[in-house]
Amino acid sequence: MRELFVQRSTNLTHLQRYGSLKGSWREVGPLVIDIKDLEFRWHPGGETVLSLETMRVDPGEHLFIEGPSGSGKSTLLSLLAGVTTTQAGSVRVLDRPLERLGSVERDHFRADHVGYIFQMFNLIPYLSVVDNVLLPCRFSARRRDRALTRGGGLEAEARRLLGHLDMDHPELLGRAVTTLSVGQQQRVAAARALMGSPELLIADEPTSSLDADRRESFIRLLFDECRQAASTLVFVSHDATLECLFHRTVNLARINRRPGTLIDAAEMGT
Amino acid sequence: MPIVSLAFKSLLNRRFTAALTVMSIALSVALLVGVERLRTEARASFANTLSGTDLIVGARSGAVQLLLYSVFRIGDATNNMSWQSYQDIARHPKVAWSVPLSLGDSHRGFRVLGTSQAYFERYQYARDRRLVLAEGGPFSDLYDAVLGAEVATELGYRIGDPIVVAHGASDVSFARHEDKPFRVSGILARTGTPVDRTVHVSLEAIEAIHIDWQSGAPLPGLSVSAEQARKMDLTPKAITAALVGLKSKVATFSVQRYVNEYPEEPLSAILPGVALSQLWGLIGVAENALLVVSAFVVVVGLFGMLTALLTSLNERRREMAILRSVGARPGHVFALIMGEAGFLTLIGIALGLGLLYLLLLFAQPLMESMYGIFIAIGSPSSYELLLLGALVIAGFVVGSIPAYRAYRYSLADGLSIRI
Repeated sequence: MRELFVQRSTNLTHLQRYGSLKGSWREVGPLVIDIKDLEFRWHPGGETVLSLETMRVDPGEHLFIEGPSGSGKSTLLSLLAGVTTTQAGSVRVLDRPLERLGSVERDHFRADHVGYIFQMFNLIPYLSVVDNVLLPCRFSARRRDRALTRGGGLEAEARRLLGHLDMDHPELLGRAVTTLSVGQQQRVAAARALMGSPELLIADEPTSSLDADRRESFIRLLFDECRQAASTLVFVSHDATLECLFHRTVNLARINRRPGTLIDAAEMGT
Repeated sequence: MPIVSLAFKSLLNRRFTAALTVMSIALSVALLVGVERLRTEARASFANTLSGTDLIVGARSGAVQLLLYSVFRIGDATNNMSWQSYQDIARHPKVAWSVPLSLGDSHRGFRVLGTSQAYFERYQYARDRRLVLAEGGPFSDLYDAVLGAEVATELGYRIGDPIVVAHGASDVSFARHEDKPFRVSGILARTGTPVDRTVHVSLEAIEAIHIDWQSGAPLPGLSVSAEQARKMDLTPKAITAALVGLKSKVATFSVQRYVNEYPEEPLSAILPGVALSQLWGLIGVAENALLVVSAFVVVVGLFGMLTALLTSLNERRREMAILRSVGARPGHVFALIMGEAGFLTLIGIALGLGLLYLLLLFAQPLMESMYGIFIAIGSPSSYELLLLGALVIAGFVVGSIPAYRAYRYSLADGLSIRI
């Protein structure tokens, strides 16, 4: 299966690829991400940072977004997570036009539907491992309820997830999170992002601080969990060697129509 | 309430700086409330230096001056009042009792007060406390003296010890009444009032020791021995002042007018409570200054908290981004910092009060015996609660500064992590 995706993901523009492959995805409900005619500026009248004609992600898809720094990755993730909104065009996530929601609604939306993994230092230093994993349930009743139905208890569900990520050892759970290794911290972060089974999981270069063999095992664990939770994964990295693991790759530098991007991308050798 | 528990855990994580901040707030709270309590108690104890007396009568002068020399034994009377005037006032139909006071002599720096037996029954302080003899008894002989507690401890006197009274306030040898020594007949229990620093003798004894004196010096060639003096007429010709008790408080102003308009000589009658609060008004400035200073100490304590919270913010921007990523709103971030400020303030106040009560528990007996100030260890007064309430509000106002900054940060940073 995977080879097929890899092959399909190369050399084709997103639109062509998407159109030709549509039938082969598991189609469960509406699109998870549906971006149309996006134009984003940080300040009105300022320079366009991100300009996308279209970008669509199906439920359950594992999408790899590749792009060098400055290609608009963080902007795109901020828009998908509902932290910022676009001035023109539309960003629909889970069939909700985020630009039409108020900031409080977007925060609720993120709490309820989005799991987020940062590049590193994901954990709140003064909370225990389990408390870090439970964090989304403190801000979202929906994820709390889901975690309860799934695990029988909040802590049980947290430990189940940690166990899947090979982190459920009493010795590890009792340690201050700052004393965990980077890889361990990222796994705790993954457990937290998956807590309460959010529909969309956004990972912002989560493996860049891991060494090569840990990188792949981390991604495999993440895939397993996403599959079990039926979550869609949007994974951002500048490390192109990982893209073969994913269903599909989007090269942000190519699809971002912002002036200058292509030149930058060319200079970077992509 | 996820934010409250987060705030608490965050503080626990930075327990060292948090403890320092709490301590500085606690100390300032203990100081503020302690000063306030001391101030109220000192004022109350001062206002109760003399109670149960309706009027103080003396030669015409200002109320505070009359109070100073008759009650506090500070300064001297401008004039005496004649025994005849005193008798007239004592016999006024609305007067229930009166105690004559005669001042002017001293014993090794302590004022000697000539008075009657009634003084020991009528003098009241701290609302309703009466003078109690710790040892011995009141005057039974003409040359008996009753010492205030401080006189006895400072000079080491016991019952039966002889003492010599000096003429005037200064203690120079040629002006001593050495021919008529007194004997200590009783020592009073400590009161915390000027009574402690007074040597009490009978009015007749004052007359007796001055019988062969004139214009502040012994009459040359005329010497009356102590025994001879006993047989003479010892009715005083003049006294310094008198304490007057009335049959009814309602009569206070009519008796006061009677005294003030007394035709034979110029006299003044003052209400001790009013004069005491007037006097306190004079020295109360210092007391207010003390309260202002301690309020500033509280401000300093709160500034410590502000500094601690503000300096921690920059290193916590990552934490804010993480919280936002799991669905916290900027409002939550604001609440988190406010919660921390609130915890610091409230714990500081609680600890400060605890510290103060502990201190009071130890200081109470000392304060009472050394200064006669009785500090009640009760729940905070309404004014103290008001101060504490203001402090809580101030704590939240101060906390809102870093909280607002964190709010702005989290809005600007979003999910991007800035260090």
